Amino acid sequence: MINQSQVSGRGIRRIMVGDHAVAEAVKLARVNVISAYPITPQTLIVERLSEMVDRGELKADFIRVESEFSALASVYGAAAAGARAFTATSSHGLFYMYEMLWWAAASRLPLVMAVVTRALGPPWNIHDEHTDILAIRDSGWIIGMASDVQEVFDMTLTAFKLSEDERVLLPVAIGLDGFVLSHTTEPLYIPSQEDVDSWLPPRNPKVPYVIEPGGEPITLGNLPRMDVYHELHRAYMDEAMNEAKNVIHEVYGEYGKLTGKYYEPLVECYRCSDAKYVAVTMGAWSGDAKVAVDELRDSGYPIGLIRIRYIRPFPEEKLETYINGVRGVIVFDRDYSVGFGGVLAGELMGLVPSNVSFKGVIAGLGGVDVSPSDFRNVMVSFVNDVERDGYLRVRKWWYIPSVNGGD
Amino acid sequence: MVTINELHRYGRTKLIMPGTSACPGCPLQLGMRYLAMALDARFAMVIPAGCSSVIPGAAPYTAFTVPVMHVPFASSPAVASGLRRALRIRGVDGPVVVWAGDGASADIGFASLSGSAYRNEDIIYILADNEAYMNTGIQASGTTPPKAWTTTSPRGKTEGRKDMSLIMIMHNVPYVATASIAYPMDFIDKVRRAASIRGFRFIHLHAPCPPGWKFPDNYTVRVARLAVETGMWILWEYNQGKLTISSPSVPYKDKGRRKPIEEYLKLQGRFSHLTKEDVEVIKANVDKQWDLIIRLTEIYR
Repeated sequence: MINQSQVSGRGIRRIMVGDHAVAEAVKLARVNVISAYPITPQTLIVERLSEMVDRGELKADFIRVESEFSALASVYGAAAAGARAFTATSSHGLFYMYEMLWWAAASRLPLVMAVVTRALGPPWNIHDEHTDILAIRDSGWIIGMASDVQEVFDMTLTAFKLSEDERVLLPVAIGLDGFVLSHTTEPLYIPSQEDVDSWLPPRNPKVPYVIEPGGEPITLGNLPRMDVYHELHRAYMDEAMNEAKNVIHEVYGEYGKLTGKYYEPLVECYRCSDAKYVAVTMGAWSGDAKVAVDELRDSGYPIGLIRIRYIRPFPEEKLETYINGVRGVIVFDRDYSVGFGGVLAGELMGLVPSNVSFKGVIAGLGGVDVSPSDFRNVMVSFVNDVERDGYLRVRKWWYIPSVNGGD
Repeated sequence: MVTINELHRYGRTKLIMPGTSACPGCPLQLGMRYLAMALDARFAMVIPAGCSSVIPGAAPYTAFTVPVMHVPFASSPAVASGLRRALRIRGVDGPVVVWAGDGASADIGFASLSGSAYRNEDIIYILADNEAYMNTGIQASGTTPPKAWTTTSPRGKTEGRKDMSLIMIMHNVPYVATASIAYPMDFIDKVRRAASIRGFRFIHLHAPCPPGWKFPDNYTVRVARLAVETGMWILWEYNQGKLTISSPSVPYKDKGRRKPIEEYLKLQGRFSHLTKEDVEVIKANVDKQWDLIIRLTEIYR
């Protein structure tokens, strides 16, 4: 995480909400075309970007589209014509984009999108949940989840470098928890424009290809002569996803040199190297889980936390390394797959040896607050159960607070 | 005006390469060729799902000689908007053309079309209208004429027809025209006039489909011409506030000079089930449409 003493002196410090941090990163990346449609809790991003464009602080075209579907379609078109392009959405808006998400990824064009995570209706609920962003996990987008406002900013800015890398050429989605990060003010270090420019040059419009009048008669997306071309194309996408793990390492290395802010690129290991038990989380509530881990460590529980930063590419090598040798793994999902369980639990379970205890916890849906003491209690009972019974394997367990005082 | 000599010159230029997968007698292939002639094969094209996704043939080959993006069904006006904006920023000029069918325009992509039009995006939109979902095998669309047989209207379509070109005028765009694959010089002139204007330009191209309308492959142009000669399809042009009837349709302002509508209908299997009363309804609709267009020429003068 950030070591304040390492922070370069050329940038500035601000107090900012997560949505505005996204807009700052987009501005520093000198994005050419922006299109987005309002949806709570994403709206602050488009509002701030509109202001920046209007004031001339950001020399970009802002396309006021009639839907999220067209928002993604238009930035996709802009990317095909060689622009650096950005969109943002949330929940129902992300789902309205669904068809375009797949088309954009398989077109291998660089794009960046912020996803402010939010529950899906009914009932209408604007509060936080990760089910929306996890529903695009098979689409070919690189998916990161930030855990604080600084990381929201850093992930957004590095996303352009990552997406445009010739070894990757896949779109990148940055997840930030609705309200918990999008509307919460935190200190933010913003590097200088000169520093960013020296590291992130303007996009090369010819990479991977450009669609323009009078240009090379490239055809994108017509039927394949043999279906195996389709299969090969998807295998190449998968290769690029795998390569993206190395590129993420490189990009954060460069970014650290530039700004003094270093991250463990794919997965953060918090007090887990000597742990006998590990909890796994993703997103903003990881901060609360860390508080719980600290308290438990103080009481002698040998527990650590694995925080997933990028769920796509799936960081299985890192996760296996951290899981190796532990007695139990407990996964917290702020999402669900009805009839299956938590998405992260499902993805991780395959990496957890069958003789290691496992518990998948579904919690915090629809914005339900999960406090450090909630985390602590669930972690303690998991550790105690395993210690008492020797072994436990529960893929799905709903942690729902009792409803008091309701009519 | 485009000249015959010019068309002859293009006759020897391969604007669409051999080996397309178009059906015999396909009107879209004709229209696409005229479009390329009009713009001297220098444009970028965005094509949503439809027959024209299939026509250029299978990758890694293509019959088209311009850059093409095939895109999801509802997305083409939005993709073209972004494409054009980015090109402008990069200082690259030249037309961006959406080539879309009636399903993509009148139905599934209507919101995105409306959005791009009202924003007056700098694109040329060609609605190549074969009056049904032909690529999926003849299902009724928003522009399928009433009473027409399709696989989803087995006893004839019960709804009316969306008048896409008039709807587009109401978006306050600078240029809207109707055209027909049977009148290439009129169509080419319209594309060129559109290309000389900036903003959202819309051309509604009538494109009779042999398998979809059930007429012989070699009748495509004949059916398209009859649509104009019977007054069923009116060629007109709205250019920055002025609406005029185009020269091929001018004679048919006079109802007495129109060929009998039966001549158009009887060539098409999709109308073979029509009763006398049905034909009378269709005739009344044609008269109403002429009346409306003539009134519009008086309003937009």
